[in-house]
Amino acid sequence: MSTAAPHERLLTRHSFIELPARERARAILDADSFRELLGPFDRLKSPWLPLQGIVAQSDDGVVIARGRIGGRPAVVAAIEGAFQGGSIGEVSGAKVAGALELALRDCERGHPVLPVLLLETGGVRLQEANLGLAAIAEIHSAIVALRRRVPVVAVVAGMVGCFGGMSLAAALCSTLIVTRQARLGMNGPEVIEQEAGITELDSTDHALIWSLVGGEQRYATGLADALVDDDAEAIAAQVRSVVEGVAAPRSEQVECYLERLAHIDPANPPEPRALRALWAREDPDGR
Amino acid sequence: MEVFNFTYRARQPVARRVHVGVVGSGDLEVLLEPSVDQHAHVAVTTSVDGFEAVWKIVLDRFFSRFAGAATIEINDFGATPGVVMLRLEQAVEALRT
Repeated sequence: MSTAAPHERLLTRHSFIELPARERARAILDADSFRELLGPFDRLKSPWLPLQGIVAQSDDGVVIARGRIGGRPAVVAAIEGAFQGGSIGEVSGAKVAGALELALRDCERGHPVLPVLLLETGGVRLQEANLGLAAIAEIHSAIVALRRRVPVVAVVAGMVGCFGGMSLAAALCSTLIVTRQARLGMNGPEVIEQEAGITELDSTDHALIWSLVGGEQRYATGLADALVDDDAEAIAAQVRSVVEGVAAPRSEQVECYLERLAHIDPANPPEPRALRALWAREDPDGR
Repeated sequence: MEVFNFTYRARQPVARRVHVGVVGSGDLEVLLEPSVDQHAHVAVTTSVDGFEAVWKIVLDRFFSRFAGAATIEINDFGATPGVVMLRLEQAVEALRT
């Protein structure tokens, strides 16, 4: 731990959140090992957005890159949160699913590839509806197949967060890394307010939103595995530290989570602080 | 959404291709690559209708200083003329480095 003054540490930090998807992928991979697959000049765009009068992006908002992490072969799928809220359409979803399926094939042939997902997404792209949902289902099944052979790492850094079907993808991964700025949840705050009313949730109350679905809360309640600063090198180091044989995935610990839910009264739900006590991590002094 | 095409006379070839930017709010992406002939060809797709004249002014100014025979694809999501010019200049800078 550095002994420099807090403001000096802040100044020497390289924000990961401020990086676009391509630079995020580059930051996670070992220096000079980044090699993009299906890049912008392959022009694998959404065929559906222009039909609805929406400008498409040349990579459909997903960057797939091969390279190395800590010297080991890796593949990174990075979602660009600035394009259509990082939404998953037919093409962007197929790029992620395809990358994971090829990594699985390599693992099955005895050539392990470490898959890393950089998730910045509101979930399915509503303009592409079922085609996006089908792709997300393929991503889910690829993660479940892959995690039996190699740790599947997800990073939610912010500021979009990770919602909808892709929050399920994050939850299926072997290791989930978050920052304090991250948000992780099924329905986004705006959607909850729109559907259930402002008395249910005020989506403009940032302190409330982050206390419910923010990275720190998700980590404190054991729903994320690591809480790191918004620093590209710190996040890359955390990804590198993931080793073989991580704990059983949360989605396989069904009894444990049913037991946890049994202690919650939906008519009188606990406050975020109380939930931390109720669902405390086993290593509360971890951070 | 509107699509415009512009052509400019070029004097020197472009050696490689570069990509900058993102189709995010108030931003745009630029794909620049060697042209097939002695001209620069620009295809603009923009989310904001009714600004063809402004696009022409911005591109006229850009090509008064840039003479590369490039095919340029612009996918715009409501960038201001200043941001458009910055992204184009960023692409030219990336071409040189």
